[in-house]
Parts: sequence; structure tokens; C-alpha cells
Amino acid sequence: MKVEDKLFLVRFKPDTQSHLSVIDADVCLKCENKDCVKFCPAEVYEWDEEHKTLLIAYEGCLECGTCRIGCPYLNIKWEYPRGGFGVQFKFG
Amino acid sequence: MSEERFDVIVVGAGPAGLAAAYTMAQAGLEVIVIERGDYPGAKNVMGGVVYRRPTEDVFPDFWQGKSSPVERNIVKQSLWLMNKDAAFSIGYGSAQFKAEEGYNAFTVLRAKFDQWMAAQVEEAGAIIINETTVTDLIMEHGKVVGVRTSRDDGDLYADLVIVAQGVNNLLVQQVGLGVDLKASQAAVAVKEIIALPTGVIEDRFNLEKGEGATIELVGESTMGLTGTAFIYTNKDSLSIGAGALVSQVQQKGVNPNDILENLKEHPMVKPLIAGGETKEYMAHLIPEGGYHAMPKVYADGVMVVGDAAQMVNGMHREGSNLAITSGKLAGLTAIEAKERGDYSSKTLSRYQQRLEESFVLKDLKKYRNLSHFIDDNTHLFTEYPEMVLAASHELMTVDGTPKGDKFKAMFDMVKSKRSLWQITTDLYKGWRAVK
Repeated sequence: MKVEDKLFLVRFKPDTQSHLSVIDADVCLKCENKDCVKFCPAEVYEWDEEHKTLLIAYEGCLECGTCRIGCPYLNIKWEYPRGGFGVQFKFG
Repeated sequence: MSEERFDVIVVGAGPAGLAAAYTMAQAGLEVIVIERGDYPGAKNVMGGVVYRRPTEDVFPDFWQGKSSPVERNIVKQSLWLMNKDAAFSIGYGSAQFKAEEGYNAFTVLRAKFDQWMAAQVEEAGAIIINETTVTDLIMEHGKVVGVRTSRDDGDLYADLVIVAQGVNNLLVQQVGLGVDLKASQAAVAVKEIIALPTGVIEDRFNLEKGEGATIELVGESTMGLTGTAFIYTNKDSLSIGAGALVSQVQQKGVNPNDILENLKEHPMVKPLIAGGETKEYMAHLIPEGGYHAMPKVYADGVMVVGDAAQMVNGMHREGSNLAITSGKLAGLTAIEAKERGDYSSKTLSRYQQRLEESFVLKDLKKYRNLSHFIDDNTHLFTEYPEMVLAASHELMTVDGTPKGDKFKAMFDMVKSKRSLWQITTDLYKGWRAVK
């Protein structure tokens, strides 16, 4: 089963603002491997080659924190979503 | 919100925070628990095992009665060493675990379990506020005096704040009690809930009604990455998950979901989940750094409990028990602080002392060098499972080869993978890491 299909099973209450952001966009430009795109269990990150920018689908974030500590340049600012927003597990 | 004042603010309604709140509320302290989810448990993920005694120590009889939040009583536990085709299994099951007085551990689903604990906490007199994120600890004169929340006009003051916000302990870092985890100090785990009829689960896992089983899986279950996988039985679902060190998924460019999907396709696992319907998918960080990765757990006006203090015993897949016990010990310390009217670090250092006297810090200290050992010896998760499986295959295949030749072939195979000197060194270093 693909991640995107699994995310359909999860209840999200997306905020209008992202709790995830890139600290320095230039660092992403120089980053060769774009590890976050590969290792995020919710596939939140996508590299937009045309616009040379990191797309962040924060609405489907599972709030694990992997990107914060796994970005080799520690270039992702990770905050908790505002109260009541974000993922709401039914089973957990 | 700013008008009211509490004795204690607890940040986070998980096992650690709720155990602390319950202990304090029962002693008459005015306690407020702040939870960022829609309800306690909405954000909370673990494999799914709670242990009877430490949990009962705070919430008596939690496993009894109709409203009990437990899924199944665990009567047998197994460990599987795996390669691509095969699994070598060792396990332990006992009639003693089947008898009430011998109940030892239970599977739970956190959304239900945490809401149940929260109900007990409210009954004991504490207030729980949901849908509220704590963004900052408020400091005055070097002392924690309250919290800032995501609500408008959302500052809240108290004599003491207990941080129980889980593995992503941003507040702990903010006030300088600890630094963020390194990628080698945490595992990222993903899990699915797969629904199956109660009877089918009991048939497949050879269980009597209401009984449960756990399987921990090592080797190919994490595609050779340093980590483990698990399959736990719930009432009418299975919890199946896999996790590996963040440093390794990052270096190898592996998505944790691919590890889980690989596991689900394994010929020994596939029949266990066949016909099941995936109901939910989740991801979570597990602190694996152990004792050396722990922050300072107290300061003026603040204590840190559970995963927020990185209290996980990775070797024995224990976490909920350390969380609940640390919450209780922080609660007891808060009660003393209230009696003395002194919430300074001097009084709160009793929390550290209590942890030292309990299994929490005794165990974490015992295994303090283990994560480093495992991190430096990734072959433990590849070569050894492979050796055991190859030897088992040789031994169990009846093909007319004399047994003496088979033993020689097994010995040569082991030596070809790792020299006797290397094996001896691994054993010695492994023993040193846990002695």
C-alpha cells in the first residue's frame, strides 16, 4: 500500500498555516540528496525542480518529528500545529 | 484563562502526564492538564504494550471490568530472526500469564487507553483542556512560572510545570534542560492497524478467547537496518509496525513505509495479516539514545517525565512503564513541594532521587552504553540473523547428508560470515555494554 493511500485512512484537521517550514531555502538548493523527500513517512516533502523549491504538504503530516532531526543540515523548522489542528488518531 | 492559577500545569495527556496528574489530584492539588489533540490520545502512538504492575500502581484495576481500556492479556511473546524467505522463532508462553494473578502485560490502542486514563484523572479532580498547544514555558527570574498556549490570551500560571509533551520535547530544549535528539538517537517507526475478526486472530496466533500474543521481528523485518518490527494482537485488529534509526533511513534513503510494506509481504508474515483491512497508519519517533541522551529532569519550577525525558528501554521495548512510573514519582515530589511551599530545584531534586531508586534509572543506567554499541555494530542486525537462519535451514533439511557433514558445513558457513575472533569480540563487547 502506498503512503498516499494510507493517508486517506487518517483523520486530519488541517490548519491554514503550516507548522513546518524551511529555515534557509539556499541550503535546500545546495542539498544533493533531498533526504527528507525520501524518508518522511507521510511523504510531506516534494522537490519542485522547476521552481527549485521544497513543497511542504503539511496538511498530511503525521507529526513524528523525523524531518527535524533527520535533515542532515537541520534546516527544517518543526513546530507543533496549533491546538486542535493536525492529525487526530482514532486508534493510535 | 489568565485569571486562574493552579498548583501544577501538566503539558501533555499521555501516560506520563496523566499518571502525574492523577497522583497529584488524588492528594488534593489543583492540577490542569493541557493537551494539543482533540482528545487525549489523538496524537499519541506506541507499539501497544502496557505492563500490569507499574500501570496498576497508579491506576488500580485498570485491566478489569467492562470499561477496561485493554485489548488483550499477553500470554506469549516471541522473537523472530528473519531473512528474505525464513524466520527463526523463539518464544515464551506460560499458563501463569493466563491466570489473573499472573497477568503481566496487555495490548492497548492509545486513543482508547489515554481517554480512559484521562477520565480517571478528571474524576480525581483535575481539569483537562484539549485542543491547546503549549508554545513556551514562561520564565521569571530563572524559574518556570507558567506556560504560553496557542489560545488567545492563553498564558497560564502555576507553582510548577510538569513537561510530558513526548519525544519531540521542544519545551525541554527551549529552557536549556536538554538538546535535541541526534538522528542516531531516535528510531522512526510506522504502524498500521489491520482489522481482522476476533476468532480469526485467535486461530492464527493459537490463542484462547481474550488472550494476546506479541512478536518482535529482527533482521530482514527492517531490511537489515538497525531497528525492530513488531506484530501485536488487539481484540479485533493487529498492530503491525517497523522502525529503524533515523540516521539509517536518512543515509540509505529508505522510506519507513517501504520497510513496513516489505514486512507485510514476508512469506511468514503475510498469512498472519491475510484478508485484513488497514484502518489507520501512523508514524512516531522512539527515543533510543538511552541514559546518555536524557535531559536534566528538574529545575526551579519544572520537572520532565516520560518520553520528553527520553525514558525508553529499547532493549526490552519498554516505554509506557517508564512513562507511568516517572509520572507518578514526579507527582509524589510535587505533593511534597506543595506541603513545603517550595518548588525550587532543591525540593524537586527528590524526583531525580526517586528515579534513581526505581527501576527507571537503574535500567536506563544498566543499558547506557548499549545504543552506542548497537550503532557501531550494524552487522548485529544482518549477519547474525542470517547465520542462525542458514544453520537452521541446513539442520532441518533432510537430504541424506550425514549429520557430521552438516555440522561441518554449518561451522564453515558461520566462519565465512564472521571469524571466531570477531564473534568472541562481539560477545565480549555486547556483554560489556549491558553488564
